[in-house]
Amino acid sequence: MSWIETFRTSLDAIRSHRLRSGLTMLGILIGIAAVILTVGLGEGAQVQVASAINSLGTNLLVISPGSTTTSGVRGGLGSAATLTVNDADALSSHTVAPDIAAVAPSTSKSSALAVGTTNWTTSVVGTTPAWLSVRARSLSEGRFLTASDVSSEAAVTVLGATTAQELFGFADPVGRTVTIGTTPFTVVGLLASAGTSSAQNEDDQAIVPISTAADRLFGGTSRTSVQSIYVEAASSDSLSAAYQEADQELLNLHHISTPTSADFSIASQESLLTTATSVDKTLTVLLGGIAGISLLVGGIGVMNIMLVSVTERIREIGLRKAIGANPTVIRRQFLVEAALLGLAGGILGALLGIVGALVLPHLISTTITVSPTATIGAIVVAICIGMAFGVYPASRAARLAPIDALRSE
Amino acid sequence: MSSDITMPIPVIPRDAVIDIRDVQKVYKTGSLEVAALRGVSLRIEEGEYVAIMGPSGSGKSTLMHILGCLDVATSGTYVLAGENVSDLSETELAVIRNQRIGFVFQQFNLLPSLSAWRNVELPLCYAGVPRAHRRARAVEVLERVGLGDRIMHRPSELSGGQQSRVALARALVNSPAMILADEPTGALDTAATADVLSVFDDLNQAGNTVVLITHEEDVAAAAKRTVRLRDGLIESDTLGRLAGVLPS
Repeated sequence: MSWIETFRTSLDAIRSHRLRSGLTMLGILIGIAAVILTVGLGEGAQVQVASAINSLGTNLLVISPGSTTTSGVRGGLGSAATLTVNDADALSSHTVAPDIAAVAPSTSKSSALAVGTTNWTTSVVGTTPAWLSVRARSLSEGRFLTASDVSSEAAVTVLGATTAQELFGFADPVGRTVTIGTTPFTVVGLLASAGTSSAQNEDDQAIVPISTAADRLFGGTSRTSVQSIYVEAASSDSLSAAYQEADQELLNLHHISTPTSADFSIASQESLLTTATSVDKTLTVLLGGIAGISLLVGGIGVMNIMLVSVTERIREIGLRKAIGANPTVIRRQFLVEAALLGLAGGILGALLGIVGALVLPHLISTTITVSPTATIGAIVVAICIGMAFGVYPASRAARLAPIDALRSE
Repeated sequence: MSSDITMPIPVIPRDAVIDIRDVQKVYKTGSLEVAALRGVSLRIEEGEYVAIMGPSGSGKSTLMHILGCLDVATSGTYVLAGENVSDLSETELAVIRNQRIGFVFQQFNLLPSLSAWRNVELPLCYAGVPRAHRRARAVEVLERVGLGDRIMHRPSELSGGQQSRVALARALVNSPAMILADEPTGALDTAATADVLSVFDDLNQAGNTVVLITHEEDVAAAAKRTVRLRDGLIESDTLGRLAGVLPS
């Protein structure tokens, strides 16, 4: 009996028991759809997080001050005021750090902004002109801070899109005056919208020259110290070189001989990404595992139904043997039947998964990425499950003695 | 015949379809042993029409299973159409059943989901005959049993007599050495019984060897030879030459 003939016979058997075949497929179908959706959900979340982190700026290193230790209580990263404007100046030297393209020190503080009777409290960031390129931002209007703004401690500010809207509504803010704390500032530019990162709303901030911030807004001990230094590497390939140079230079400047006792820390975009995506990966593995178990249950369903099918069709098997089917042919017929059930369940499950991936994002506002590899893989797995769980019922059918099979009622 | 031969010599013509010698069959159920056949020898020649009769428990079903290569004897030999089939494997027996034997079962055992011609072509599928040939052959055989206008009907759309004809057509389709029928009229009324018996008769007239198992005297009467079994042994054979020709 040829393979084509075996396929035709198996198809006949599946078609003549529609309800049973449908229920068998359902188990596999749900399992496959669940696998595709959970894996797609996990991958979607990873893509989302990665793009959010990349929107912070490319080739970015963030240097934070070390921790303070007061009477044995360690204050945590950023609690010490160990980074200064001088550190930033030193890093921007091309002879010291050839792989560093730009450096932007920054300090920020929450302050009240007022225009007439309207007020709004937001994060005021003191920084240098390099901030714009380092953070990969752009302007929608006006100009950014200039070097002369910094040297002259000019009272100028560049507003984020949200901040501008809160203070000025839809009116054009460029050229208007906004009072930060008690000092009047002239709005010289508007930042283009960048969306919300996981840490903060990137559109709700006011950028001022770092010198102005130190002397006229924040004052106190923070006159020369900075909260963080953003470093942009020349390219993504030189990111690790830039990391080494920044690390070495700061250790020298701070007279620290052992790297483990450094009073600062450097985080790269990559390390942020790794942390964030590893959380998502764990989630994907967990959900995928649960979906895999449902697939396994579906497979056991196939075995169960195939065993019932063998028992129910015992006379048919007996007859086929009596008229010339040998055990191999019978085994093959039941295996092909199980594999076809798996294939059909797999394809339908993949379709359901894809439909779910198109519909669900509208309901739960999340991204689901369906990869073709995962879909084809899932269908192949479905066939294999059908086959694997069909082996035992098929060999039971093949082993039946023709007279016992014919005799049974 | 020369004078120094005092005993009759068993002469075995080449055209014997069935030749079984001293066949025994013992079933073991736990520690219990049941001898269903206790030494049966039987020769059936080409073109014969034989009825095998006997009360239940006489071993006639066991004999039928052994003749049909559905089961193997515990001891003894079986030569079917010149080939010794006593020690064949399950796979080899499947080929013998496919090529040499045409079965007609009591319940006909047609597959309900298949049309008449698809049921008839089944043995050809297992024989590896190409699809186009199978259909032509199935239709030809169905016409021979008078069902040329029912080839697309499913078994549930056919009467009992018509179903038995489909079963007969399926038995004939591979041109077997013999037709082996197990109570073929057991599920039929009188009219259908007469109908089916006339088909058997026609087939036998055309030269087919027919062996049927039955417990009905009037069915056995249609056959040319009747073999009666009792307690696993042959009780009588209307041919009456058993003791003389075949030593047991």
